[in-house]
Amino acid sequence: MSQYQWDWLVIFENVTDTDEFYYQWLISGLGWTLLIALSAWVIALILGTIIGTARTLPNKFVAGIATAYVELFRNIPLIVQLFMWFFVLPEMVPTNIGNWMKQDMPHPGIITSIIGLGLFTAARVAEQIRTGILALPRGQKNAGLALGLTLAQTYRHVLLPMAFRVVIPPLTSEFMSIFKNSAVAYSITATELFFQMKQITGDYKPANQIEVVTIVGLIYILVAFSANRIMTFIERRVQVPGYISGGK
Amino acid sequence: MSIIRFVNVNKWFKQLHVLKNVSLEIAQGEVVVVCGPSGSGKSTLIRTVNQLEPISDGEIWVIDQNVADHRTDINALRADVGFVFQHFNLYPHLSVLDNITLAPIKVRKQSREAAEQKAVQLLERVGLAHKKDAFPSQLSGGQQQRVAIARGLAMEPKIMLFDEPTSALDPEMIGEVLQVMKDLALSGITMMVVTHEMGFAREVAHRVVFLDHGEVLEQATPAEFFSAPKTDRAKQFLKQILSPMH
Repeated sequence: MSQYQWDWLVIFENVTDTDEFYYQWLISGLGWTLLIALSAWVIALILGTIIGTARTLPNKFVAGIATAYVELFRNIPLIVQLFMWFFVLPEMVPTNIGNWMKQDMPHPGIITSIIGLGLFTAARVAEQIRTGILALPRGQKNAGLALGLTLAQTYRHVLLPMAFRVVIPPLTSEFMSIFKNSAVAYSITATELFFQMKQITGDYKPANQIEVVTIVGLIYILVAFSANRIMTFIERRVQVPGYISGGK
Repeated sequence: MSIIRFVNVNKWFKQLHVLKNVSLEIAQGEVVVVCGPSGSGKSTLIRTVNQLEPISDGEIWVIDQNVADHRTDINALRADVGFVFQHFNLYPHLSVLDNITLAPIKVRKQSREAAEQKAVQLLERVGLAHKKDAFPSQLSGGQQQRVAIARGLAMEPKIMLFDEPTSALDPEMIGEVLQVMKDLALSGITMMVVTHEMGFAREVAHRVVFLDHGEVLEQATPAEFFSAPKTDRAKQFLKQILSPMH
């Protein structure tokens, strides 16, 4: 290590043989990371809420399908799921669709990552939503139904608003995870932040690897920390006056 | 003409036979108190009226509809039957006003203005107009239960059901809730009340129904029931509940 030439300004240097700078690559990667994570989060929240709710419904068939979804997507490693969507699925569908997915689909790595990460995280969000609904006093559901609300209205206006508040803390950590998990997208060619780090430190020597990896790590910290602050802000905003979380 | 009519109603929880061949009629405008030892099935009985508890066998006719028939529009029926719970069950994330207006707006399709105007009137009636913007967790138990009653009344129900409305309250708050219920009883609405408050029964009930082990053992006016209970089990029950130190 005594030979190592520290250079924290490495990211402001020109990429060898180009007129681009390393920091531009990192910024571009960060942009894709944010796009993948936030888009996947939208899918995860919507789908997760539907599936988590479905698991609490009296209809055993619907609840069973929702349970199967959760077990399937929660128990296969994310990277394996992305490989399946990216490499296996195009071979399983009719040839013309498969060819389109392989050749003509715009940004295949990015789009597949968004969907794959969204479906994976939906299973985890679903579990939290379900737990939140089950944590509510049992009388809440009856209080909605007894006034003539339909089961759907009872969920919409009575159960879910409280369930969401109850599960904001675990959802916060899920929201932070989705940014970190998005790094796996590099494995299916999405040019996000980790992919760019690999490019800079691997193929385009002699960029100083320790500094670049450290800087990328710091960027992830900044992103996850911001996600945490956003959720804390939301948590405060929707807090019910006088209501102690977890109380009855 | 009865507004609630139980015809040979049976209910089992697995092996447990909790309602045994219950037949009972409640007339329009009548105030009926249902009492009995704990575990007698009285809470289950009142919950069958709006099908919060489904029954295993028999018929229950409420406002001329058989609630046990799956073709009955149970949501529409429930809108006409107010229900007050032992544990209030206000919606914790909504203000007092929003608790009351939710169902009128969503079920009755009232405008927000109309619903809020009505809600404020009802809050005045239960003495809580000044709490309209408070949240349930900022209220005492007695206040929460009075809001719950106002919430039920906002639907302009034909029947009000009360499932042990004062059992979860501190003693000093029971009076304020009973007072609201007494006023309501005098307004002429049909009421079915599961309670241990024998003072309330004596004062405003038209009839007392005594339930034990899922069976209706006695039905009588409060005067008859309290002075001359017919069955041993009713005598035993009254002795326990009316003795100052039990």
